[in-house]
Amino acid sequence: MRNPVPSKTEIRGKVHKPFIHDSAIKQVSGDAAYIDDIPEAKDLLHLYIAQSTKAHARLLKMEVEAVRNAEGVVAVYTAADVPGINDASPVLGDDPVFAEDLVEYVGQALFVVAGETLEQARSAAKLAVIEYEELEALITVDQAMAAQSFVLPTKELNRGNATEALEKADCRLSGRLEMGGQDHFYLEGHISLATPKEDGDVHVHCSTQHPTEVQHNVAKFLNIPDHSVVVEIRRMGGGFGGKETQGAWFAAMAALAAMDTGRPAKLRLDRDDDMIMTGKRHDFVLDYDVGFTSDGEIEGVHFTFASRCGRSADLSAAINDRTIFHADSCYYFENIRITSHRCKTHTVSNTAFRGFGGPQGMVAVERMMDAVAHNLGMDPLVLRKKNLYGKTERNVTPYQMEIEDNIAPDLMAELEEKADYQARRKAIHNFNKTSPVLKKGISLTPVKFGISFTTTFLNQAGALLHVYTDGSVMLNHGGTEMGQGLFIKVAQVVAEELQIDIERVKITATTTDKVPNTSATAASSGSDMNGKAAQAAAKTIKDRLITFAAAKYEISESQVRFKPNRVEIGDVKSLTFAELVQEAYLARISLSSTGYYRTPKIHYDAENYSGRPFYYFAYGAAVSEAVIDTLTGENRITRVDILHDTGKSLNPAVDLGQIEGGFIQGMGWLTTEELYFDQAGNLKTHAPSTYKIPACSDRPGIFNVEIYEAGENVENSIHKSKAVGEPPFMLAISAFNALTDAVASVGDYQNFPVLDAPATPERILSAVAKQQSAREGHPRRAAE
Amino acid sequence: MRDTIRFVHKGQIRELENIDPTQTVLNFLRYEAALTGTKEGCAEGDCGACTIVLGELDAEGQIRYQAVNACIQFMPMLDGKQLLTIEDLKHRDGVLHPVQQAMVNQSATQCGFCTPGFVMSLVAERLGRNSSVTVDINNVLAGNLCRCTGYGSILEAAREAADDETVDHITKELDQSVQLLKELQKDGSLTLNWKGRRFFAPKSCEELAELIATYPQATLLAGATDVGLWVTKQHRNLETVILVTRIDELKTIDMHKDGLTIGSAVTYSAAWEKLAEIYDDLGELVRRIASTQIRNSGTIGGNIANGSPIGDMPPALIALNATLNLQGKSGIRQIPLEDFFIEYGKQDLQEGEFVRSVSLPPANEKSLFRNYKISKRFDQDISALCGAFSLVIQYIVVEDIRICFGGMAGTPARAFNTENALKGKSWSMENIVTAMAAMDKDYTPLTDMRASSEYRLQTAQNLLKKFFIETTSPEVDTRVLEERNAQYA
Repeated sequence: MRNPVPSKTEIRGKVHKPFIHDSAIKQVSGDAAYIDDIPEAKDLLHLYIAQSTKAHARLLKMEVEAVRNAEGVVAVYTAADVPGINDASPVLGDDPVFAEDLVEYVGQALFVVAGETLEQARSAAKLAVIEYEELEALITVDQAMAAQSFVLPTKELNRGNATEALEKADCRLSGRLEMGGQDHFYLEGHISLATPKEDGDVHVHCSTQHPTEVQHNVAKFLNIPDHSVVVEIRRMGGGFGGKETQGAWFAAMAALAAMDTGRPAKLRLDRDDDMIMTGKRHDFVLDYDVGFTSDGEIEGVHFTFASRCGRSADLSAAINDRTIFHADSCYYFENIRITSHRCKTHTVSNTAFRGFGGPQGMVAVERMMDAVAHNLGMDPLVLRKKNLYGKTERNVTPYQMEIEDNIAPDLMAELEEKADYQARRKAIHNFNKTSPVLKKGISLTPVKFGISFTTTFLNQAGALLHVYTDGSVMLNHGGTEMGQGLFIKVAQVVAEELQIDIERVKITATTTDKVPNTSATAASSGSDMNGKAAQAAAKTIKDRLITFAAAKYEISESQVRFKPNRVEIGDVKSLTFAELVQEAYLARISLSSTGYYRTPKIHYDAENYSGRPFYYFAYGAAVSEAVIDTLTGENRITRVDILHDTGKSLNPAVDLGQIEGGFIQGMGWLTTEELYFDQAGNLKTHAPSTYKIPACSDRPGIFNVEIYEAGENVENSIHKSKAVGEPPFMLAISAFNALTDAVASVGDYQNFPVLDAPATPERILSAVAKQQSAREGHPRRAAE
Repeated sequence: MRDTIRFVHKGQIRELENIDPTQTVLNFLRYEAALTGTKEGCAEGDCGACTIVLGELDAEGQIRYQAVNACIQFMPMLDGKQLLTIEDLKHRDGVLHPVQQAMVNQSATQCGFCTPGFVMSLVAERLGRNSSVTVDINNVLAGNLCRCTGYGSILEAAREAADDETVDHITKELDQSVQLLKELQKDGSLTLNWKGRRFFAPKSCEELAELIATYPQATLLAGATDVGLWVTKQHRNLETVILVTRIDELKTIDMHKDGLTIGSAVTYSAAWEKLAEIYDDLGELVRRIASTQIRNSGTIGGNIANGSPIGDMPPALIALNATLNLQGKSGIRQIPLEDFFIEYGKQDLQEGEFVRSVSLPPANEKSLFRNYKISKRFDQDISALCGAFSLVIQYIVVEDIRICFGGMAGTPARAFNTENALKGKSWSMENIVTAMAAMDKDYTPLTDMRASSEYRLQTAQNLLKKFFIETTSPEVDTRVLEERNAQYA
């Protein structure tokens, strides 16, 4: 880009101002390069993975001679060909890259074929002779629970005495809810491109949210030092958590082929293979038992969660922990017991997905709140407000963390008003009385989401900043760009710190040889941590420049002031940033710095679920209105109003995109997106023809989204902003609850609906039918 | 005879030889032409990341620009057309196309992988008015999936671009493009032969009949919205392919005193307006079939000829008593459309025959018609079931009723027991309830990932009830789609 004219009054790309995504112009022109867009080398090898067709079986025979001899095949690799450790897992070492003597899900990698063309590799893979001895396959949570099959031990959190509170409560009810999983459906599937380098090193372009972990896994797999592996990613075509861990499998395979043949090797999963071979959001089964007073105070709660983790642990420990941490949402439960089962099934290992277990915990509590309100014949919003955390008392979470900035009550009240909740609720009730076929529902639900990795040591980040002698800046940090706008936000932080126009800051690809030992770009923490690290680097250089200028011009350091694109030296002299940099260079001042950040205040005892796992909370609330067709179960969300807390937003344009996109993605999870496994463990919905993420017309016709103006982080976060990647996803729980409310109207609000997620037309119709048969039978309301 | 394909690209006629006839346009662009702006998201025409725009001369000599999915278009289908990709939009001086600029201004990109497809869909709409019936932007974009934005910013961009009256360079160069396309029109039929794969694009029905006689096992290709997936998903090797869309005789729509006849190579987009004129629900059905990109390629003839039990068009056509016109050696054979579907995978197509056209009788003013498509998602989804109802009432008595469902059996199938329970009876809720029960005898649907057997049957029965309510109590709201507060319409 040519040098633009420097702005004089205010830098371009200032924090708290909307600014376009750094890649926007390239993206609309087709010029933004994703890994598969990198020009292919003439000797590029194309890899294709042969997959298990059985969910659980012993591998009796796997003969690949015919594959090796097929036309165009250069090499075939199996577990026996792995020079190092045949594993690419995030934590426990339980994710073999190639199956050894056992397969544990349909789609598990058996071997990989390297061919001159993808077609040749693919058709050769079919020539292998595989013999299986089938074993019993556990596909569903219920099957795993019956077999007591777990990837990790069951965990429990206790605060107060839930058992006693439940027994003593005036009113008590229990219920069950199934929540389906969710495919990430990033538009760009998993891909790795490995190139051999001298000294036996390897460079890997990998579509990953966690280059460091890919680096470590590739090194371990190839039995070479970490320093021999460079992993690079400029941008992903979407991640959403799906590229936090499992991209390492494909990077390892591509790196192996590259090392062995001395040729570059590319492994790109097509849509079907991506959906079959890689993990998803965990499906959950929830059982709740709740005791409450007749005026709606919750006295005791017992949640029992069981999740489908799939064949290995992957990140299931932290994901299920986050479910525990979010089963309170915005509500104070003095006596609560949360039981969490982590089921092992013979399905693909489920993994991180926006919200990371939090959404399932919050769907649970919001379902319970609706059930209680319904039981008492109360407006669910009244019940919710009654049980909110207090600001100075009743403000300690079940895991003993004090909530210091509870803005949920204020935010909810503001939204209730803005969305005209009460009047619309009345109107809906009137509509339902006179409409025999269509029924409507409404719901307001809040969000409180804990920000930080619950694995404390992951809360660190690094950055690298170079200032060149023309005053232009190169920025690098450990965060990865998957569309969320991290790169532009961090660049804004640097531009702000140095008071230079944002075009002067070059955003560069994330790569393990610039900033090492990074954490995944996950847990919504990307701009919090990398922003702080980059700010620290910029500050270091700025401080050097100030010290230098003060000494050179014989003034105090406070008299060196950074103004837009210039530096004032006392009252007499003003230099451009470039001029000062030039002078500093000539005076032999270092113009390069790293920056480092570790999140303060957090500590946490994982055994007892006690401490401060989160630096702070992000809040939000949404009102959704739904309409259902009681003859077909068809439904849609017709209006949504959102008020969301981003603190003091670093970039409102980017944050609005996260809020809207998060909501729609959450709505998809709870409505149209259904993962359908057959009894043999085959995923039957492995492409957009069968797996339905929201389309354009599914966006509610009225969709009012606002950033909470009063929002400001009470902690010392980057420019007082708050993380925004995950929290808005859970605003969509209001959509699911609005659908539930619409179903309840069928039985004249006498029976609480039995509606599981996703609320497909089929599930809605089934819930409607139960309402109708209950209505014809015996209307019942426990409190009466 | 020609063995090279010729198309207009970047202001010139491009001629390619040695073409693999089933190579997709997307793979050609990405891996041979170094045009990687067009993306692969699904390779089945569902996500729209691969959207390109094709221009074709219409009967008046104007270029009709349409968005299509490059991932399931075979290379020879470019022949005779103008190709526009995302790389062709930016002006030579670097100025963005108004659609591109609007997408930037509205922060309508996040990960950016779907972005080129959205831009191309909006450009096609701007250039050509993709669809003749509606300009609802939701329909224009139904075939483009975005996982990041939630679509709001993209809709804003669409609106901003629509308000921008800047004449883009594609429009400025229209005359030149017309001249080039006219040049291509002079080309005769096409014959490709590549490593044992044969491809023919005849220009007349006679030629087509001869080719079918010579290659009885050949795959007939129209829009490739189904056959394309045989290659991209099933990785099948198609030895002989005959493209029927260069035959003008198969692309006609005739309104005549005996009704409407639609040639087998007429696309959904081309037929939409006419069908919508007959019954509102026929128009709504076409709107709900796939996406703009797919409707621009897919043909009604193809939807019939492939014999799918879940094709959306046959149930409606059968309920409306359509006739299928099959052309063979001994001329045209006419059969009721419903007789064409013998059983799953088997159609009444004799050797040497091909689908010439389908004819609908004129709309009876007394007849009431409704069509209901049930799917998990409203747009761009395959039906769990799709039901069509055609009713003639005489003094509250059912004179005739035809009910046909897709998704309920191995073929599109009539509900004869249900119909018989209603014929000659009064059109009353009491009789509807009896008829709903009779439907148990008509269908034994399957359970699959789209819906369970129980849901399919229950919903089919309920749709009869809905049809009754809609025909007797028009004041009752019965459709959630009309409740959508279409702010963006």
